[in-house]
Amino acid sequence: MKSDETLGSDAHLLRSIEETGRGFYVAVGLLLLGVLWGVFAYGTQLTHGLGVTGLNQPVSWGFYVTNFVFFIGISHAGTLISAILRMAQAEWRRPITRMAEVITVMVLFIGAGNIILDLGRPDRALNVLLYGRYQSPLLWDATSISAYLTGSVFYLYLPLIPDIAILRDHSSKYRFLYTVLALGWTGSKRQIRILDRAIAIMAVVVIPVAISVHTVVSFVFSMTLQPGWHSTIFGPYFVVGAIFSGIAALIIFMLIFRRAYGLENYLKYIHFKYLGLLLLTMSFLWFYFTFAEYITAFYGNEPEEMKVFWAKFTGDQAIFFWTMVICNFVIPMTLIGIARLRTITGILVASISVCIGMWLERFIIIVPTLSHPRLPVETGSYLPSMVEWGLMVGCFSLFGLFYLLFTKFFPIISIWEIREGREVGFEEVVERVKSYLPNEEKTPISEGARG
Amino acid sequence: MARWGMVIDLDRCTGCAACGTACKAENNIPFVDPEESARDRTINWMDIIPAEEHGEHNGGGPMMPRPCLQCDNPPCIKVCPVYATYLTPEGIVAQNFGRCIGCRFCMAACPYTVKYFNWHDYRRKDGFHLYENPDVSTRPAGVVEKCTFCHHRLQLARERARVEKRPFRAQDYVPACAETCPAEAIEFGDLDDHNSRVSRLKRSPRARSLLQELGTKPKVVYLVREHQNEIG
Repeated sequence: MKSDETLGSDAHLLRSIEETGRGFYVAVGLLLLGVLWGVFAYGTQLTHGLGVTGLNQPVSWGFYVTNFVFFIGISHAGTLISAILRMAQAEWRRPITRMAEVITVMVLFIGAGNIILDLGRPDRALNVLLYGRYQSPLLWDATSISAYLTGSVFYLYLPLIPDIAILRDHSSKYRFLYTVLALGWTGSKRQIRILDRAIAIMAVVVIPVAISVHTVVSFVFSMTLQPGWHSTIFGPYFVVGAIFSGIAALIIFMLIFRRAYGLENYLKYIHFKYLGLLLLTMSFLWFYFTFAEYITAFYGNEPEEMKVFWAKFTGDQAIFFWTMVICNFVIPMTLIGIARLRTITGILVASISVCIGMWLERFIIIVPTLSHPRLPVETGSYLPSMVEWGLMVGCFSLFGLFYLLFTKFFPIISIWEIREGREVGFEEVVERVKSYLPNEEKTPISEGARG
Repeated sequence: MARWGMVIDLDRCTGCAACGTACKAENNIPFVDPEESARDRTINWMDIIPAEEHGEHNGGGPMMPRPCLQCDNPPCIKVCPVYATYLTPEGIVAQNFGRCIGCRFCMAACPYTVKYFNWHDYRRKDGFHLYENPDVSTRPAGVVEKCTFCHHRLQLARERARVEKRPFRAQDYVPACAETCPAEAIEFGDLDDHNSRVSRLKRSPRARSLLQELGTKPKVVYLVREHQNEIG
């Protein structure tokens, strides 16, 4: 792969960096408005304290913690899915991995940021480093999330290097930036070998880290004694939910940028179909975990557990619970499970519904448990205030804005990996399939696979 | 070293709430305005809650005081990321207002809901603060607070004993609620001293721990009424 080669049809992938249409400015403007609302809301909260939220005694956690868990969940789209697809040598991964990895990096900042939003004294946040106490699951979160963020940044950056070199050689913009970031990439055999190896190592490393992240996020709840939280399956349950919502978010972003940048030739129906089927699998897995979680609580029939259980099934939280079930299970099962409905639109609708459903899942894990304390003190109710809505809109806008700006600096589809697919992918796959089959002759067939 | 504990005799308790009032005055607990109160943001280190589970809490049944239960195995301190809430060597679950980052994890983890958050800056600036107890620090917005067994009174009692050049005795230290209770329902003292009244009452067959099944080992125990088997 020489970077001075002509790009051919892949030059299209650089167009989003070279050209900026009106749609971009409109989108940035709208997202900035959302971010501004969030900034304004946070200003209000900093001046007046957390009292401006709808939180109270005993519902002391609400939107911010929900968003924290939700965003950290979305982050599993990226690195985890991309790493698994890479390791499984799924050839259809090539136009997808970059988009997934970007989601992870962007969203981790926002997820971790929501913890800061939730603090009563954000000015003392550094106490966590000064007096950090490893007995607390929050410290486990801090450790795991920062490891994941570091790993994900590397995992995003490594496969980006050859593309930055392409930009350095072809783009007229930001020359200096690309020259520095390309780290003198020339595409020599040695460089390619090192890069392949580095990517392979990172792919292996980030998978356990990613799984640890949502496991310890779940431990924030399951390590307490509270009814509805103190459950052994919370770790895997949260990880499954995280991958589930991550795939949904990935599909949504892929469809947005496919439309915006005209990437129909790269992101084809087959990619959405495969990701859709993956989403459907996760939907079944999610349903299985949810079923196991609630049937255990129901059969145990422990009075405190049942208070929370009935609040979700028939009580004040029932509307959220059943909407969640419809969004996370019924809709994806219908729209993706039935082949006739499995169109691009169907997959998009299912993905949006899964994102809503998974957000609700986080919400109904947190609030009903807190609003039904064990002692007969006043049971609480929780109604988020405009400040919380503002910060939620702000977070989503910031996520979109980060993502949009990324696409203005770097190609959103990995150019060199697409090219690698054309140049060596074919032969590799042929070799690989041959190696699966019984040998026709006596000659041994090499393993043929590359990391 | 002493292990401070409390026994509340529900057979004596009249539910008059004098303990809660004394606690408010003693510990500079802020009064929130009616709007905040309507939003469930009142702070009651010593809360008065229904003693028995009724369908409707508001209707008449017997009430009982509920301070921090001062667990020996407190679920709240395990989750604090900055050591702002911790168990003192004498068994008091303390709260360091100056270090608390306000994450409210301890509130979420406490099965007795005894932890309270300063949603706004509730400190008085209207002259009322001149009536505040100088021995107890007031709390800024954004931190969690809770019953400390009037820990400042322990420190004062120790200092007084030192000044008077005599050994410190357990009876020198008594929290405001126990001191105030007109029905003498609240007994306070050293649980490790087997001859102390509080320790003897704690061994009474009428003694019950709140949510005993959780294994939190509260050092505040209740003496139930005759024919009453459970509380809470």
